[in-house]
Order: sequence, then C-alpha cells, then structure tokens
Amino acid sequence: MNQVMEIDRLNLHYGDFHALKEINLGIPEKTVTAFIGPSGCGKSTFLRTLNRMNDLVPGVQIGGSVKLDGQDIYGADTDVEVLRKRVGMVFQQPNPFPKSIFDNVAYGPRLHGIRDKSRLNDIVERSLRGASLWEEVKDLLGKSALSLSGGQQQRLCIARALAVEPEVLLMDEATSALDPISTLKIEELVRELKKEYTIVMVTHNMHQAARVSDRTVFFLNGELVEAEETEKLFSNPTDARTEDYITGRFG
Amino acid sequence: MNAMRQPSPGGPGDAKPAAAPAQGKPDSAGAKKGGPSAGNPARPKRSRRSRTASEWQGKAYTLICVAILIVTIFSMVFFVASKGLATFFTNGVSVSEFLTGIKWSPDGEPPSFGALPFITGSFATSILAACIAAPLSFCAAVFMTELMPKFGKRFMQPVIELLAGIPSVVYGFVGLSVVVPFLRSIFPGQGLGIAAGAIVLSIMILPTITSIATDSLSNLPRGLKEGSYALGATRWQTISRSILPAVLPSMLTGVVLGIARAFGEALAVQMVIGNSPHIPRSLFESASTLTSVITLSMGNTVKDTVQNNVLWSLALVLLVMTFVFVGIVRLLERRARR
Ligand SMILES: Nc1ncnc2c1ncn2[C@@H]1O[C@H](COP(=O)(O)OP(=O)(O)OP(=O)(O)O)[C@@H](O)[C@H]1O
Ligand SMILES: [Mg+2]
Repeated sequence: MNQVMEIDRLNLHYGDFHALKEINLGIPEKTVTAFIGPSGCGKSTFLRTLNRMNDLVPGVQIGGSVKLDGQDIYGADTDVEVLRKRVGMVFQQPNPFPKSIFDNVAYGPRLHGIRDKSRLNDIVERSLRGASLWEEVKDLLGKSALSLSGGQQQRLCIARALAVEPEVLLMDEATSALDPISTLKIEELVRELKKEYTIVMVTHNMHQAARVSDRTVFFLNGELVEAEETEKLFSNPTDARTEDYITGRFG
Repeated sequence: MNAMRQPSPGGPGDAKPAAAPAQGKPDSAGAKKGGPSAGNPARPKRSRRSRTASEWQGKAYTLICVAILIVTIFSMVFFVASKGLATFFTNGVSVSEFLTGIKWSPDGEPPSFGALPFITGSFATSILAACIAAPLSFCAAVFMTELMPKFGKRFMQPVIELLAGIPSVVYGFVGLSVVVPFLRSIFPGQGLGIAAGAIVLSIMILPTITSIATDSLSNLPRGLKEGSYALGATRWQTISRSILPAVLPSMLTGVVLGIARAFGEALAVQMVIGNSPHIPRSLFESASTLTSVITLSMGNTVKDTVQNNVLWSLALVLLVMTFVFVGIVRLLERRARR
C-alpha cells in the first residue's frame, strides 16, 4: 500500500530528555493507525512531530526525517503552515474557538484565503456533515460553539480540521474526555473518514484501537516496540513487551 | 475592580514569597488566642461559650469596620450631592444652563455657570488617552505573554508596574517639559491642550490596561492557540484572529477602568492642558477639565457662595461619571462571564 508518511530514524529531545528514540514507521494511505502505550511513553510527542506542533515547545531538538509524500517536512523548504493544513489535528480536550459554530469551521478556510460567502457556506456544511454534526447544528450555526456539549464540541473540532481538506488527520486521545455514546459516534466517524483520509490516532483504550484501527503501533519509553496489523498485534504479538502490555500485565 | 487589584503585587513570582509570611502571622495569632480556652478539656461547656464569645467579638469587629466604611462612603456621597445640588436649589442656577452652557464666568456680572467646556474637556482627554493607550497596552501584553515571555516577565512587567507608582505631579512635570514643547514645535499653538493632556494620561493609564490585558492573555486556554496553529495559521493570524477576539471583552473592561482613572486625574492634566474655560477648536488649544477647574478654583472661593457650590456641582458630575464607569465595568464583566 502507498505510504503517505514515512518516518525514518526519528529522535527527539526535550532539553536533555530523550523522548523519542530511533523511530522508524510508515503510515499507509487511507487507513487508521493507532498508537498505544503506557502514559509518558511519547505517543503525543510522536504525533506532534508529524505536523510540527512540537516547534511551539521551546528547547526541542529533532533528528532524523519525517516524509510526507516523499518530502521531508523538517526540510528547509517546508512551509509549516502548508504542512499543518495538509496534516490536521484534533486534540484531547475539545478546543473550539469562542466564536460561532460557523466561524469555527470557517476559521481554517478563511486563513487560507477563502472569502466568498457561498463557498464558505458549502465548506461549512460539507465539513459538518463529514463530522456527522450537521443534522444537530444546522439551525444554530450562529450560536456560540461553547454552548455545545463536549461530544458535539469534539465533532466540531473534527469538522474544523476537515474544513481545510487535510490529507492526514491526527487525533490525540480525541475521545478520552467524552462519554461512551459520544465516543462510539466518533469511532463510527473515524471508520467513515478513513475512506477519504489517512488517520493517526492515539488512544489509551485498547478496545478502541482494536475496534477502529487497521494498524496498531506500540510504544514504550520513547521506543517503537512493534507496528503491526491490528488483528495480528492483538492476537499474536511478536514482542514479549507488547504481549505484557495488551494482556494488562503492566502499564 | 478585582482585575485592577490582582496584578498589583508584581509578577506571580513576586506574589508568592510576599504572601506566605503575611498569611503566617494571623494564623499563629489565631492559634494563641484559641489556645487557653479551646485547649482546656476539664470544662468543655465554658470553652464552647468563650468560643462563641470570640466568634461574636470577631463578627462585631468586622461589622463595625464595615459600618464605618459604609457610613463614610454614604456621607461623602451625601455631602457632595447636597453641596452640589445647592447650586441649583439654593442659588437658583438652572441645571440645563449648567450642563449645556458654554460660558464659564463665575465672577462675571451677571455670573454664568456653563460647565460644558469642562465636561467635554474631561471626556475628550480621557477617551483620547484610552484610544492611545489601548493598542499600546495590547501590544505590550502580547509581547510579554506571546513573543518574549521571559524578557516580559523579568523586565517589562516590573517596568510597567513602576509606571503605576510614579506620582502624578511627576507625570505632569515631564509632560510640561517634554510633551508640550514637542507638540508646540510641530503643531500651531502653545502646545498646551487636550492633546498634551491625553498623551500624559495615556502613559498614566497604560499600566492599568496592560496588566488587565496581560492577565487575560495568560489565562487563555492553552488549546486556543494550538487549535489555531494546527489549522495552519501563522503567529500573526493566531494573534489577530483568535487571541485578540478572545481577550477583547476583558480588554474593554481595562479600557473603561483606564478611562475612569483618566477622568478623575487632576494634577497632571491641569499642568499641561492650559486651563482656559472654553471649548477648544483644536486639540492643541488651551482647554480645561472638570478636575482641573476644581483644583484651580477651590482656593479662591468662599464657603457657601454660589461660586463655591458650583465647584461641588462639578465634583458631583465627576462622582456620577465614576458610578457610570463602575456600572459599565460591572456590566462588561458580567457579559464576559456568560
Ligand atoms: N514540553 C515538554 N517538555 C519536556 N518534557 C516533555 C514535554 N512534553 C512531554 N515531555 C515528556 O516526554 C515524555 C513523553 O510525553 P508524551 O506527552 O508524548 O507522552 P504520552 O505517551 O502522550 O503520554 P499520555 O498517554 O499520558 O498522554 C514524557 O516523559 C513527558 O514528561
Ligand atoms: Mg498524550
């Protein structure tokens, strides 16, 4: 399968702390890749290297290469803003802007120069439909996004990310702040979205990884231990540490 | 009002060591007091009674303090109001002449008491000052929290707080010897006037607005910025499209507080505004404000004359405007919380 992103010998240091060690990984197109591993093993850190959100952290040093469609995103000629448009992100805590629902979704397209009202309307509707939120909010587009429930806010954040038509969507424990029903809705949504997008998600819930992902990657102490087809990893892991983790013997 | 007090004791770094010993004292004092009565197991009844007694003492003490405060405030308002209203009821000056008249000659024949030049002067200087100070404050606050937080916390913040501590006579003096000559060299006229007053005032209210803006910037949810960057926004786009709108409500509170402070400032303004009792035709012509005319004239009037009472009327206008400003701030805060 075609690899959208290729990570080669990636190392990351927070000051003196070696947070990611020699990571090699390919992320195939139009699949769901799940990252699992105990808290503090570097899942979020790794995810954030994929759209250079770590650039915002002072004192970060990154070595190795991350390629998107064959181009090194840490190369000198990379436009970070364009990169982040192509690799979108949804955060653990829903973080809608304190603006109307419409303005939240239109924020990204407006950044990238779309002013035309009818085009914006189309984009907003399409993105909200894509995040299966349209039916719930189509009559309240002018209302503040903060008046939505947590689950709705998170789907709004997904819609906001979809509005800039990313190729890859990164989700960092996007359901951990949500109730089971909202979680199921978002899982369903992820299965739907992978028809068009490549999705990388961090999750603490191994059942979730098993339910929605095609490939699962297990991290431990900043190292990538195992990257496998999800079914294979959960039924027949190669590495003993993976087995210990998924059978609940530690972590 | 809260917001104005919060930032005063230096940065958050300064506040902690200062607060710790201050808190320790009342604690240990309280323990000593409670010791003999509470620590006696033989007579529990008595100890309970003395505890309620000390409870009562405490309550009474605070009640007395509160009563003194309330009485002071109300009697001041009453005093200013009765004196100020005497102009209209005892001396028979018409309210509309006072509020809309443009001729001020209390010692003239016949005397006239049009306070409109002062009212417009006060509004013009303080609003203009806020217009100058608000963008500066916002930029300073963004600089201190977003662009160079280390330098901002360690150097800029103390400097800006220092501005708040400089006596107004110093501001006036500097204004008179720097701002006024500067304006005189560029614009026609003496340099004294509303423009000079507004510039001096804008520096004086800079700390108020800046500290409120800094507070609200550093209290923004972390996700707000990240959400914007993750959509491909540049730093400037993030500041202008998501940070600025998010802090605008509290910025507005700061601006109104700044206007209120500028409105009440007397000395510095009086030194640079020129003090002629007319509505000026330009910003660079001599003018007056409510406060400047009160400070200038109060020594030259005799108690209970109309000339004296009308100054109280000006003070009453100031007082009412202060209430209005406080009301606006309250309203803004309530709206921001929703
Ligand atoms: N900004 C930072 N500065 C210094 N160290 C950091 C920073 N962010 C993360 N770390 C460290 O890097 C390691 C990996 O953190 P990371 O957030 O990637 O873990 P995680 O796997 O996402 O954990 P969790 O499951 O709890 O979210 C941790 O040990 C953490 O302490
Ligand atoms: Mg994490």
